[in-house]
Amino acid sequence: MSDKIDIDHFLTTDGLDSEREQEIGQHIGYRYDVNLVPDLNRLTPYLKDYMEVMGWSDLNWLEDVHLGYEEGKAAVFDRNINGWVQVPDDIKLPDNQQDRDMIARELLLKFQMSDRHPLVQLKAAYKKF
Amino acid sequence: MGTLNDEQHKSYDMGMHTEQLSGRTMQKFFSLDEDGGRFTQPYTHDVDFDKKADLDIKDMEASEVNTKIRELMAEGYGHIVIKNPLAKHSICVGILNRLKVDIEGSLGYFGCGLIDGPNVRITGRVGWSCAENMMSGTVVIEKNAGSTFGAAIRGGDLVCKGDVGSRTGIDQKGGNIIVGGSTGAFSGFMMQRGRMVILGNAGINLGDSMYDGTIYVGGDVESYGVDAVPGEMTDMDAKWLEDKLNLYGMKAPNGISKMKKIVAGKQLWNYDNLEPTEKKIIL
Repeated sequence: MSDKIDIDHFLTTDGLDSEREQEIGQHIGYRYDVNLVPDLNRLTPYLKDYMEVMGWSDLNWLEDVHLGYEEGKAAVFDRNINGWVQVPDDIKLPDNQQDRDMIARELLLKFQMSDRHPLVQLKAAYKKF
Repeated sequence: MGTLNDEQHKSYDMGMHTEQLSGRTMQKFFSLDEDGGRFTQPYTHDVDFDKKADLDIKDMEASEVNTKIRELMAEGYGHIVIKNPLAKHSICVGILNRLKVDIEGSLGYFGCGLIDGPNVRITGRVGWSCAENMMSGTVVIEKNAGSTFGAAIRGGDLVCKGDVGSRTGIDQKGGNIIVGGSTGAFSGFMMQRGRMVILGNAGINLGDSMYDGTIYVGGDVESYGVDAVPGEMTDMDAKWLEDKLNLYGMKAPNGISKMKKIVAGKQLWNYDNLEPTEKKIIL
């Protein structure tokens, strides 16, 4: 998908391209290429450190994290809260999806590692062990 | 938005409105610099990979074993060697921590399920549903695996160096399933995303009803399932495959360039926001 359409397609348009999408008023499918494999040459220093701490030689689960686009804004999906987390407006998005994905991965990790992540409160309230 | 038909009007009048599937909760991020020094979640145990413990589970129940593993993690042990697993079921389930685990022997059903983070190596075989619902980490099995290997996996690397049974990666939602040998029928059934690598042959109905994701096959495919179609192998695919296989000391028997790539034909994409209403009409 990323090779075929403008990288800002879901930021500059409503993303309703097909007749069916226009009819139901909703985009069908993912708003990014879920099958895009990561280019490890573009790792950020934080991601390299994270891999080392976890004992992994590659991105592991982060291979499936991409920068997505929700309601016209850049966002990353956090599976732990089942919701989209918006990328701050002051972050300048690179001009290619690979670098955008690396930013998404770093932002998601920092969000998940934070004391303010909703899972921290959920864990405290409902944990069984 | 399309107009409502008579049946939809009927349900609408009854208060059963259509449900928009978009617009999920959004939260503002922190800045890139904030909270940047941390690599594990606040509620996980701080363990040291160099601090090692042996755990003989010959006379232990599964729940005792899993509780003991959590106790060892709480004490800072980052490397646990499990001896005498004797093909017991549900061992190493629910580990939500960075951890190194070596299992010397075979596991029964549902081994290493619901894990998020650990790196597990199993010298023997595993039964049904190994690493089902795995979120992250690595699980490497040196011999064969049973059916529904990696069911509903969400992330991480799940590797079996031997053969696996049927329905491998059923409902796969992410991550990588790598099989050194062959897989049985209906592998990749209802796959939604992620990657499956089969270095040997694949049984009937490979990738049946797959929604998205990618399957790579090194050998022969007995038959494709509904909506599984050949895809075009890119340089990025080949590089990724080479790196990933090298990581686990595996090789494509006929070379990566000869591997087949299978993707979703996306002819089954009929989802829309009227579906909930339609279901309610039927009920």
